[in-house]
Amino acid sequence: MRLEYFQMIDQVASREGDTIIVESRIPDASPVFEGHFPGHPLMPGVLLVETMAQASGWLLLDLMGFARMPFLMAVKEAKFRSFIGPGTPVRVHAKRLHDGSGFAVTETRIEADGKRITDAELTFRIMDYPAPELAEAMRGRGRELGLL
Amino acid sequence: MASSFDRIADIIAENSEVTRDKILPDSHVINDLGIDSLDFLDIVFAIDKAFGIKVPVEAWTQEVNAGSAPAEKYFVMKNLAERVDELVAAKAG
Repeated sequence: MRLEYFQMIDQVASREGDTIIVESRIPDASPVFEGHFPGHPLMPGVLLVETMAQASGWLLLDLMGFARMPFLMAVKEAKFRSFIGPGTPVRVHAKRLHDGSGFAVTETRIEADGKRITDAELTFRIMDYPAPELAEAMRGRGRELGLL
Repeated sequence: MASSFDRIADIIAENSEVTRDKILPDSHVINDLGIDSLDFLDIVFAIDKAFGIKVPVEAWTQEVNAGSAPAEKYFVMKNLAERVDELVAAKAG
């Protein structure tokens, strides 16, 4: 993970049907941990949500052949069950629950050492890429992740 | 089983701040009920699940924006219920 660049996903572990499993590692150090919290560094819940959103996003991009872009629009039933801190490896599971017209819904969770850390249901609006640079950036990162 | 109108009205009441008694056959989902785009997608998700269909919201919106169909055709409650019935029939067909 590179928290300052919002790059939350290190690699794709598996991709089958409507599901994806990705792996990532919370960095050992980041300015984020200087504030959250002094003397007691913890991965912020909002960044765990972002991590689940990105895992879901790569799943949806792959399911759409990278033709359109998913944007997070709703977070439901988010639960933060355990704290995790710097240096923790995590596995992020995402499954497409629904393929709607112009939107999609995923069910996603983060696990560390086999234990569920957080889970949520996420809704994405599916739109045409608003800028060609974004389309190219997503496809470029998709290639790095082995999805293209 | 309840009519499609009643089922959709119940879904709207459950997924928005609109009370069930305000949802009438001639209510326009957006103009009269004030449903915003995020709530509307939640409602469409619930309709998709309840009826086992995929409501083609994007195609409807494109038709309305292009002027090839009036918004009332899709977004007035009694018409929305008809469109849903058509989608269910087409899927069964």
